[in-house]
Amino acid sequence: MQLYATELMGAETYDSQGNFVGRIREFFIEPAEQSNRVAYFLLSRGKFQPLVARHDQVASVAPGTMRLSVGERALALYEPNEAWLAVQKDLLDQQIIDTSGRKVVRVNDVDLVEHRTNGTVELRLTQVDVGLPGAVRRLLQGVVSPGVIRKLQNKLPQRAILWEFVNLIEPDPLRRVKLRITHEKLEDLHPADLAEIMEDLSAAERQGIIASLDEETAAAVLAELDARLTTQIVEKLDPEKAADILEEMAPDAAADVLGGLPKETSEELLEEMPGQEADEVRELLTFDPSTAGGMMNTEFVFVGEASTREEVLQWMREEDLQLEQLDTIVLLDGGAQFSGTVPVARLLLAAPEQQMATLKTEPLLSVATEADEKETFELFDKYNLRMLTVVDQERHPIGTITVDDVVSRLMKR
Amino acid sequence: MNWETITSSVEGLRTRGTDLQKRIRGLRRRLTLLLAVVGPGIITSNVDNDAGGISVYTQAGAQYGYALLWSLIPMTIALYVTEEMCARMGVVTGKGLSDLIREEFGFRSTFFVMVTGFFVDLANVVAEFAGVAAAMQIFGVNKYIAVPIAAVFVWTLVLRGTNRQVEVVFLIACLFYLAYLFSAILAKPDWLEAAKHTVIPNLRFESGYLVMLTGLVGTTIAPWQFFYLQAAFVEKKVNPRQYPQARADVLFGSVSCMVIVFFIIVCTAATLYVSGHREINDAAQAAQALIPLAGRGAGILFAFGLLNASLFAASILPLSTAHVICEGLGFEAGIDHKFKEAPIFYWLYTALIAVGAGIVLLPHAPLWKILIFSQVGNGIWLPVVVIFILLLVNRRDLMGDYVNTLTFNIIAWVTAITMIGLTLVLTYTAIFQNAPPPVTP
Repeated sequence: MQLYATELMGAETYDSQGNFVGRIREFFIEPAEQSNRVAYFLLSRGKFQPLVARHDQVASVAPGTMRLSVGERALALYEPNEAWLAVQKDLLDQQIIDTSGRKVVRVNDVDLVEHRTNGTVELRLTQVDVGLPGAVRRLLQGVVSPGVIRKLQNKLPQRAILWEFVNLIEPDPLRRVKLRITHEKLEDLHPADLAEIMEDLSAAERQGIIASLDEETAAAVLAELDARLTTQIVEKLDPEKAADILEEMAPDAAADVLGGLPKETSEELLEEMPGQEADEVRELLTFDPSTAGGMMNTEFVFVGEASTREEVLQWMREEDLQLEQLDTIVLLDGGAQFSGTVPVARLLLAAPEQQMATLKTEPLLSVATEADEKETFELFDKYNLRMLTVVDQERHPIGTITVDDVVSRLMKR
Repeated sequence: MNWETITSSVEGLRTRGTDLQKRIRGLRRRLTLLLAVVGPGIITSNVDNDAGGISVYTQAGAQYGYALLWSLIPMTIALYVTEEMCARMGVVTGKGLSDLIREEFGFRSTFFVMVTGFFVDLANVVAEFAGVAAAMQIFGVNKYIAVPIAAVFVWTLVLRGTNRQVEVVFLIACLFYLAYLFSAILAKPDWLEAAKHTVIPNLRFESGYLVMLTGLVGTTIAPWQFFYLQAAFVEKKVNPRQYPQARADVLFGSVSCMVIVFFIIVCTAATLYVSGHREINDAAQAAQALIPLAGRGAGILFAFGLLNASLFAASILPLSTAHVICEGLGFEAGIDHKFKEAPIFYWLYTALIAVGAGIVLLPHAPLWKILIFSQVGNGIWLPVVVIFILLLVNRRDLMGDYVNTLTFNIIAWVTAITMIGLTLVLTYTAIFQNAPPPVTP
């Protein structure tokens, strides 16, 4: 039978002799044993100390009453346990992450189903109710009879999330371990979705999630997050962890994060990062964020203009390149100066022996590090660019700006 | 003079120059830090001076002259203390007040707080649109034209603008409250007398005087503002490190709000009270009466202030109410969602404006009763909300080291109990004496 947590709260409990024991005040799940089973029932007895009934001591459950298969004496006294998930306290009315719908929702009620095993009845969590039926039950429970509520709720639109898609949010790291809460499912979400979820949470909850994600996902999420939040999160992270995450980020994104931090903190984090990456970020930090230099990414693909298509492809296969860098390739002349760009699409269509120099996009466009935002945006607009090369005073290419950087900047205006 | 002294003095000048540069840079950095946070406190406090509020202040000045000015200082403290707790909760927990009530007190309490809130706020919205109608009448615009335009204006402003743009518009609206400063100056009050009455309490035990006093408190501290304030700080993503700036924002807001109240009372005291026009029922009437006494400028400024205040509150109240209700009951909320994603939020928002403005336009609308209801509603709702706030802000598991200190708790509880007592008196008089609370737009 389908049961609801709300219907069972306050249920009268009788032991095997039919004596009244107490009322259910809370259920606990023991995630370490089984993630969806109600393992313990807290029975309050007025002025006496509360008792707990274990899942294998329950004979039957119905809305409003529970019968035990043992006598009252077999029940243990209640002792708080951090490794137990309390349905009422930790779940009802709290926010959870719905990993299938990719958003943060608030729990109205918990749906349970009976599971019979040799003479005892176990309750298993099937889904959490986040819609109107749960709300109506919460509101009317104890005021109107359960039968009426059930009739009423059947007319309402259902909104529920299966238990396996529920990701609990627990800011306390120790408790998280005890409750076996992992954020593996979150790592499968798109970083942008995860970032949006994080914006709906409180600071402590955000911190908890970032701290438990792997560095790569954390880096991707931070890059997508509102800059104010990113700064807050990085500042509160353990410096070592923060440096590991920053290392995973593209240098320009890392520079944006560090630029928002107080000087001492950003210096400390840079110290923790490996030398080469730290130097790249340091260099980026010297540019004014509102100029082309402050917008550019220093990780880009460049080849000599004399090389052929085949040589370039061979080289690209061997290098460990990131796909998002592989949109446009920057060409260098003999003096390591900027000589043009080749879109990968054009490379694809070229003959194997064709030289890179002959594939160049016209006109030759580049921008100086100190060029301002407006100038840069206008170039993108005028020439329908997807990428623009940034050059230093000696015309050496030192970074690229991609169209997604431009879009994010424009959105922030 | 030798070269050495010249170079050293040039060197000295240069270092002083860079010192100054550094100091300017430091100042600018501090200012940007402050500006990133500022807004919610100033806006919230100023919205308190809405149509209903201005009516009460007008009457306080017209009937009792400067005699009630002393109450402004304790009221500033009460306003600051209660608002500061919400600001602190928002900054520390990163959650709205309705979220916290839901998480800590369960569904049923939240539901009742939200439903009461909806009706009380709706009555307040009616009061704001009535204020628009009254002010526009002075400018010779018919209410059947003025109110629908105002409703559409408010609706679009909030839905079309980004958060930051809307905030800037609101901050400008706060500046327009200065209209009252100028109309007070034009009224040529006795500043010395006003100052004296501000610092020396003058408590009289007559029923009319006490009702007016409670009316002042009741309209200045409205329960919905706590939800708005806290949500605004959460929305701005202010973090605990920026808390001092947030507190400064709240403090500045509370003080500036009371300064405006001071000028309104002074203005009407210097004109209406002195010349014997003491039976003033509302702010629009006061504006009209000001014209022969203090000149056309003062009257127009006064009416303009009323219009600004009414529009301002009419923009914020429906939005904040829809937000709070959806958040507490677990529906998607916020103008950054599309209509499809948050239908309940948008419907609530639209309904509050449409119904609020619609009631004002009904030919025989029982405006009087609705206004009494709004005030009684505020009175009943306020104690509940303030007690929730006090319980939440003292929870160490939520607030960590930011829980109230003992002194702050004493001040806060005394404030809460006084406020609750006063609003109960007001509610009582509103219901049983039929001496309608001094609020009429």
